Amino acid sequence: MSEAEFEGIVESRWSGGASPFAINSKKLGMWLFIVSDSLTFSALLISYAYVRLETPNWPRPFEIWPAIAKSSFMTFVLLSSSLTMVLGVNAAFKGDRKKTVRYLIATIICGIAFVAIHATEWVTLFGEGVTPWGNPWGTPLFGGTFFGLTGLHMLHVTIGVAYLAIIAWGFGKGKYTAEHVEVSGLYWHFVDLVWMFIFPMVYLLSVNPK
Amino acid sequence: MSEHGHAELSHEHSVGSLKLFGTVWVWLLLLTALEVFLAYERLEVHLMITILVGLSLVKAALIMSYFMHLRFERLGLFLLLVPAMVFCICMMLIMFFPDSIRLMNLRPH
Repeated sequence: MSEAEFEGIVESRWSGGASPFAINSKKLGMWLFIVSDSLTFSALLISYAYVRLETPNWPRPFEIWPAIAKSSFMTFVLLSSSLTMVLGVNAAFKGDRKKTVRYLIATIICGIAFVAIHATEWVTLFGEGVTPWGNPWGTPLFGGTFFGLTGLHMLHVTIGVAYLAIIAWGFGKGKYTAEHVEVSGLYWHFVDLVWMFIFPMVYLLSVNPK
Repeated sequence: MSEHGHAELSHEHSVGSLKLFGTVWVWLLLLTALEVFLAYERLEVHLMITILVGLSLVKAALIMSYFMHLRFERLGLFLLLVPAMVFCICMMLIMFFPDSIRLMNLRPH
């Protein structure tokens, strides 16, 4: 968006004109998507809480070491990727293309690390006989909710990594504007935000009591 | 929020510095560490759920306000997005609580 267009938006404040929120349509669209997606995750988390309350002897398989330590590290990686993302957006608005691309690449690396660590955890669980449809504790809903929630989140991270890669490539070439980087940042922070609920509710409430 | 956003609009995207975002990041890490510590302490379940959900809401608010710049947007955008979202989640919980509490009480002890 050019500076002149931006000035126009400022003037139209609350006049019921084209831009009552003084943001571009991409950003508004992403915000609306985030609200709807947050409801998808809310529904999943609430249904998880429901089946968990309803099931006697819900398994609590996660040991402090290694499962909780690993998922805590994953939280750290995701939070750090949010920091590099927000710094990338800042650099983009300052017009520093090189720095922006570097920050975006750091974010992508964090995203890939998150998915990789998560995948190793899944493989370990599969090895212990915990699958989406059954497990040794006789509560198949554990796998259904655990893999459903973390799987949908992992899918979001994977899509986010691809999205950021496209934005980084396009922004580096001068094809995309800083607004594009900001909108992709909104998506990335949302994925981080969702993990802030999944991590305590799925992992920390399932710490092995022994 | 709105007035602040308006005053800074011409510099809207330079709001927030490395220092600000770094501070928010450190706070988020500290809150996460607190959550993990509580899990290690193995508190009573109801207390644990209340504290964890409370801390998660604080973290979500920090991310939305600073990382997602909602604090620097117009109040109108906040009013468009957040109340509707909270309302929908409350509607889901209206379905959730009576039924889940009944089921919990029906469980053999």
